[in-house]
This record gives sequence, C-alpha cells and structure tokens, in this order.
Amino acid sequence: MELTTVWFALIAVLWTGYFVLEGFDFGVGVLLPFVARDESDRRLVVASIGPVWDGNEVWLLVAGGATFAAFPEWYATLFSGFYLPLFLILLALIARGIALEYRNKSDSTRGWDRTFFWGSLAPAFLWGVAFANIVQGVPLDAAHEFTGSLFTLLNPYALLGGAATLTLFTFHGAVFLALRTQGELRATAIRLGRQIGLLALLIGGAFLLLTQLDKGKPLTWPIAAIAAAGIAGALIALGRDRDGWAFAANALAIVAITATLFANLWPNVMPALDPANSLTVDNASSTPYTLTVMTWVAAIFTPVVLLYQGWTYWVFRKRLTLD
Amino acid sequence: MDVLDLSRWQFGITTVYHFLFVPLTIGLSLIVAGMQTAWYRTENPAYLRMTRFWGKLFLINFAMGVVTGIVQEFQFGMNWSAYSRFVGDVFGAPLAMEGLIAFFMESTFLGLWIFGWDKLPRKIHLATIWLASIGTAVSAYFILAANSWMQHPVGYRLNPVSGRAELTDIWAVLTNSTTLATFPHVIFGAFVTAGAFVAGVSAWQLARKRDVALFRTSGRVAMVVSLVAAVGVALSGHWQAQIMTEQQPMKMAAAEALWEDETSAGFSLFAIGDVENGRNSVNLQVPNGLSLLATNSLDGEVEGINDVQARYQAQYGPGDYRPVIGLAYWSFRLMIGFGALAGLLALAGLWLTRRGRLPESRWFTRIAVLGIALPFLANSLGWIFTEMGRQPWTVFGIMRTAAAVSPGADVAEVALTLVGFTLVYAVLAAVEVRLLLKFIRMGPDPESAPAEPIPALSY
Ligand code: HDD
Ligand code: HEM
Ligand code: HEM
Repeated sequence: MELTTVWFALIAVLWTGYFVLEGFDFGVGVLLPFVARDESDRRLVVASIGPVWDGNEVWLLVAGGATFAAFPEWYATLFSGFYLPLFLILLALIARGIALEYRNKSDSTRGWDRTFFWGSLAPAFLWGVAFANIVQGVPLDAAHEFTGSLFTLLNPYALLGGAATLTLFTFHGAVFLALRTQGELRATAIRLGRQIGLLALLIGGAFLLLTQLDKGKPLTWPIAAIAAAGIAGALIALGRDRDGWAFAANALAIVAITATLFANLWPNVMPALDPANSLTVDNASSTPYTLTVMTWVAAIFTPVVLLYQGWTYWVFRKRLTLD
Repeated sequence: MDVLDLSRWQFGITTVYHFLFVPLTIGLSLIVAGMQTAWYRTENPAYLRMTRFWGKLFLINFAMGVVTGIVQEFQFGMNWSAYSRFVGDVFGAPLAMEGLIAFFMESTFLGLWIFGWDKLPRKIHLATIWLASIGTAVSAYFILAANSWMQHPVGYRLNPVSGRAELTDIWAVLTNSTTLATFPHVIFGAFVTAGAFVAGVSAWQLARKRDVALFRTSGRVAMVVSLVAAVGVALSGHWQAQIMTEQQPMKMAAAEALWEDETSAGFSLFAIGDVENGRNSVNLQVPNGLSLLATNSLDGEVEGINDVQARYQAQYGPGDYRPVIGLAYWSFRLMIGFGALAGLLALAGLWLTRRGRLPESRWFTRIAVLGIALPFLANSLGWIFTEMGRQPWTVFGIMRTAAAVSPGADVAEVALTLVGFTLVYAVLAAVEVRLLLKFIRMGPDPESAPAEPIPALSY
C-alpha cells in the first residue's frame, strides 16, 4: 500500500477514535440537564467522564497534528476555509473544558453546567456540519484556498449532517451513562436514550442514505448498512438491559459512519466543486520521507497509547454510586 | 489594520497567554511529584497534605494550559495557511509527535492521578504524577524543536518545483543546536516560575501563621528550586545568546542596540535609540560585557545593526531587515532583569528563613507575593523578544511573515476571532485567579483528614 493511503487511513482512525470517545463525552454534556434531578446526580454524571475526557480530546489534537504532518495542504485548506465554524468549536471546547475542571471546585455550579451543556452541544453539531461539507465538496480555487463563505457551509445537507452527529453522540452519551450508573439515574438514561436513539436512527439513516445516493461507492453500502444496524442494535440491547452490548453496538455504528464518510472521500481529501482543484491524497501530502518517519513514530507509539488509555478505562470500569 | 496585523496580534496574544500557564504546569508538576515522593518514602502525613494542597492549585492552572493549547494547535491552519502549506512537511512532524507522544501521556496519567487516589496502589499512583510531569517536559521539547526550526531551519531542502520546504533529516531537526539550547532555558525558566509561585503563596500563609511547618518547608524547598533554576536560566541563556549571535546576528544587535560592528563591545544597560539615524543618543554600558556574553571573549567581534542590514540587503534583496529595535532591546533586558530579581528574591528568602527563623516583617510577605509576577514577566518578555526579534521573518531567511498569512482570510473574520479570543481569555483569567485565591485562602485539608481522604465522589 502507498504511504499516502496508509496516512489517509490513519487520519480516519484518529477521527474515528475521537468521535467514538469524545462522542459520549459530548452526549453526557448534552444530557446533563435532562437526566439529573439534583446536585448529587449532576456531580455523578460529570464524574462519569471526569478521568477520561481530556485523554479523549487528545485524539482530536493528534488528528490535527497528523493532518498537518502528513497532508499539510489539507490542514491549511480545511482550517482556514472553515474558519468561523472552527472558531465556534474552539470557543466551545475551551468553555467546556474549563467547566468540567472547575465546576466541582466552585461554590455555584449552575453556570458551569450550562456552559458544559452548550460547550458539548455546539461541537457535537458542528463536527457533523464540517464533515458533511468535506464529503460533499466545497468551492476551492486553483491554489486550494476556500472561496465560499459561512453560508456556503450552512447548506441543508450539512445541517442534516450536524443533526445526525448531534443525535448520534447524544444517544452514545445516554448509553454510556446507562453503562456507568445505576438505579434511577440509569433508568432515566435508558428512557431518554431510547427516544434519542430512535431520532439518531432516523436522522442518521437519512443522512447516510443521501450521502450514499450522491457519493456512495459499492464498498461503502455495506458499511453504511452496518452503521444503521449498529444504532438499531444498540436500541434493542438498551431495551433489554444489555448496557455493554448497547455501548459496543453504538460504538460500532460510529466507527462505521466515520468509515463510510472517509471511504467515500478517498482518494480525495477535500473535493472541490471544480474537480480540477480538488485536494487529493497525492497533491495534499507530504514527501515520502516525512511520511516514512511519521509511520515509524506512529507504529511505535500508537500501541503504547492504546495500552495505557485502555488501562485507564479498566481502572475506572465500575459503575459509579453515591456514597 | 489589515489581515496580517490582526493575525499577528491574535497569534501573539493567544500564545503569550498560553505560555502564562505552561511554565507553571511544567514546574509545579515536578514540585508536586517531589512532595508525593516524600510522602511515599516517609509516610509522613504532612507531605500528603502538601501534595494535595499544591496539587489542587496545579490542577486549576493545568486546565487553563489545556484549553488554551487547543487553540494553538489549529491556529497555524486558520490564520497562517500559506505558512502551513510552505512548511507542513517539516514543521508538522514535531507537532504531531508532540500530540502522540506527550499530550496523550500528560492527559491520561493526570486523569489517573486525580481520580486514582483510592483506586490505585500507592506506588502506581505515585508513578502517574511522575509520568504526567515527564509528559509536560516532553511536550515542551517537541514544540520547541518546531519553534527552533523557525529560528534556525535545518534538515530540509527547498523544492524548486513546488517552492516548499521539505524534510530531509528529522534527526537534524530534533537535535537542532537552537533546540538544545532553548529547551534547558525554557525548562529552567519554568522552575523559576513554579518556585516563585510556591514561595510567594507560602510567605502569604506564613504571615497568617497558618500551618507554619507545612508552609515553611514548602517555601524553602521552592526557594531552593528557584535559586538553582535561576542559575540554570542564566547559563543556558548565555549559551543561547552565543548561538543567536551566530545564527541571527540582527537579533543580537537589536537586543543590544549595537549599531556598528564592534570588537570589545559593551553590554548596554540603558540606551535611548535614534532609529532614524541608526545610532544611540544615550548608552550606558558595562565595558566588554557584550563581547563576553556573545563570544566568550573580552574582545570578540559582534555585528551591528547597520552592517547586518547592509549585508542582508545584498543577500536577500532590498528591504528592511530590522525588527522593532526598542522592543527587542527592552524585552531582552527586562527578561534578564526580572529573572535575576526572582533569583535574588529566592536567595534573600532562604537567608531570612535560615535555621528556623520566620521573618516578621510585612515587607517580606508583600515582596514575596509580588515576586510571583517576576518570572511570568520574564517568560513573556523572553518569547516576545525571541519572536519579534526574528521579524520580518517567520522562518528565518526563507519565509517572511507577510507571506505566511492566510490569503483567503478576511478582515472582519479575523477581527472577530481576535476580539472573541481576547474577551474569553480575559474572563477566564478572572475566573482562574478567583479560584486560585479561594483555594489558597482555604489552605490545606485539616490535619484530621484520613490518609486516603478521597471518597468515591469528592472529585
Ligand atoms: C515550552 C513549552 C510549551 C510551548 C512553547 C507551547 N506549549 Fe502547549 N503545552 C505545553 C507546553 C508548551 C504543556 C506544558 O505541555 C501544556 C501546558 C498545560 C498543559 O496542559 O500542557 C500544553 C498544552 C497544550 C495543548 C493541550 C494538550 C492537552 O489537551 O493535554 C495543546 C494542543 C498545545 N499545548 C499546543 C501548543 C502549540 C501548537 C504551541 C505553539 C504555538 C504551544 N502549545 C506552545
Ligand atoms: C509559547 C511560547 C511562544 C510565545 C510566547 C510566542 C510569541 C509570539 C509572538 C509575540 C508573536 C508575534 C510576533 C509578531 O507578530 O511580531 C509570535 C508569532 C509567531 N510565532 Fe511564536 N511564540 C511562542 C511559541 C511559538 C511556537 C512554539 C511556535 C511554533 C511551533 C511559534 C510560531 C509562531 C508563528 C507561526 C508566528 C506568526 C508569524 C509571526 O508573526 O512571526 N511560536 N509568537
Ligand atoms: C541571565 C539571564 C538570561 C539570559 C542571558 C537569557 C538569554 C536569552 C536569549 C538569548 C534568548 C533568545 C533566544 C533566541 O531568540 O534565539 C532568550 C529567550 C527566552 N528567555 Fe531568557 N535569558 C535570561 C533569563 C531568563 C529568565 C529568568 C527567564 C524566565 C524565567 C527567561 C525566559 C526566556 C524565554 C521563555 C525565552 C523564549 C524562548 C527561547 O527562545 O528560549 N530568560 N533568553
């Protein structure tokens, strides 16, 4: 396989890891006002992601850094082109991170909880908007600079993408909470989860179908089907008190959706409306030398990271209780 | 203001802001790890209370370092897309390594440390804070390697077809002489910072006679750290100055307001420059000081601004290759001055608290508390000097700042994000300082707290 393909796949893996992991962090934030009745519930809900959210967010930072190193043109076009949405995402991530770390150290938590809610909702929605636009194609000039405006990015298809990730991540959060809590809190999470899961199936399914009809390849149809099956499976498992299976199924759905999007994209990394200006794995990439160096670095350190992050989840595997 | 000016302001503000938290994180993580190690070794509960008190302040600061760092990661693409296209092949590599090798390590092990008090065996729990602390230093190494490449590009070639910089030797980039000198300087600077912080807070507590034994130990340990680190900063700074004289002579000349080539050059203490005519109207000097600092010899030759300017015009074509001289001059001096004061303060504090003494004077407390600001000022000025002194280049000798900015960005958008980040950062600063003050006032957990005091949900 060519190194450019390897790196395209690796970046897809990094985004997948980010969406699977931070997806439930976002969902927990969006659900906070709805699942928790009182302050001790809220503390517990926030504590469910306390030890891991920062490590989860690093998946995004590494996806960004890896894109910079392996596909500098992609990094430059994407982040200068999606300037304002990215600005909003950054503000949300700042506010959310501070809210998570400071709420339990402050006397009044109401403001922090609101910050946490909006700071989770905005990126959960905006990442969908961004990826829908990437798959659909955006106006680029011959120098690969984005020539559209904010309104180019807010088209109906992209908004549907945003709604899809928002509902999907919220569902993911509900399943995660079901898995990590017990008693009444868990019951509420399951009840809300079944409603949102249905929405995620509808909206996510519609988004996938539109994507497939427009950009689908023979290979991605079965992957998209797995995605839909994953959400449906999670819904069923959640109804039967199989929280672990529900979580696994929905994680699989997120993996499959991200895989569908990236596989439809390849060999482009950012298709332009005028195909002559598209950024592809070839014209956006670094030199073979840089890719080789980075491949070694990734091959050595990725397994180490997976080991200790996996271990963290093992250490904090018990259901949370108040005592 | 145009897009270029706005983007420069935005980068400058967000980066200097990020670097207010960075040195405290690097330095304090090590101090806290040291305290926990003392507790692990001696089982003396005083060390546990110390670890937990300073650890709390550390975490409040760390959160700010994390969220402001996220912005840094994406800014190159947002506002400096031409730069990113030009250097991504070289510059992206250390940035990606920083994320994969260091950020995962810091964030994961810190999560384990915060929430693992009653879940991990004592020894493993101790290891998590050490790993997080090492992670912060590793992160500094990679980002400084990236930055040093902009100061002194090595291990690359310019592709004549694409016009881009391409990596040819990653080892050369990671062992750039500039990186090797900058890394110890920044790390020592971080220890000066954390030392002054712990010493200042301890002095404040001592003045209130709170937990005297605990804060006396904390304060004295911190002052030793600060003092040793201040010496390290001076030595490594001297090394940097020599490298800089060789690699970026204009920066050294500007730092010294030295207009003409000179042997036996003096180190300027106070000067009033006359940029128009290329000379100083007032200049108070330490004889031979600059030659000694820059070349290790009393009569070494140091190049002057006017001569370097002429040489660069011949080399790079017409243009003004001078940074803002006044700014370079004063930021360099004040970095050294504030840093030296921080070192002296630590020395004085150690003397005044020798053999069980506690200074009664309120002046001591006031000065120690105000002294917290000194290393923060020195750090910020150091970066302002390093980065502004490199102008008009973004990558020295191969890419000008004016060519680095995103061509597609529009003024309104960049103005919006500049104002947005600045306002949010201002609010966050207020929140953070209030929270720090609250926990400083509260003081350490009461002595009666059990040795493993974390109930399941007190995070
Ligand atoms: C000399 C050290 C140093 C310097 C010059 C910088 N940083 Fe930094 N950065 C750190 C040292 C550091 C750190 C000590 O590792 C931090 C500070 C607090 C923290 O959480 O980690 C950090 C945090 C931090 C984070 C969040 C990591 C996380 O979530 O754990 C990011 C994404 C960046 N930084 C990125 C940057 C970029 C792109 C910089 C260049 C413009 C930059 N930093 C300058
Ligand atoms: C955290 C410490 C740092 C501080 C305080 C700092 C400070 C600054 C300042 C004040 C400027 C504005 C200079 C001007 O516009 O005249 C600047 C510009 C810049 N710096 Fe740094 N910097 C830091 C680290 C870095 C690092 C680590 C990198 C790269 C990895 C970097 C890359 C740049 C770039 C790309 C610009 C914009 C172009 C320019 O104006 O030169 N900086 N920095
Ligand atoms: C005798 C004292 C010092 C000397 C001779 C010195 C020298 C230098 C020099 C020459 C540079 C610029 C390097 C370059 O642009 O290539 C620099 C940068 C810097 N200095 Fe200092 N310095 C001293 C004290 C301090 C102190 C006390 C601090 C902070 C506590 C500090 C923090 C910094 C920082 C953060 C930078 C920017 C990063 C870098 O380029 O390393 N310095 N210093």
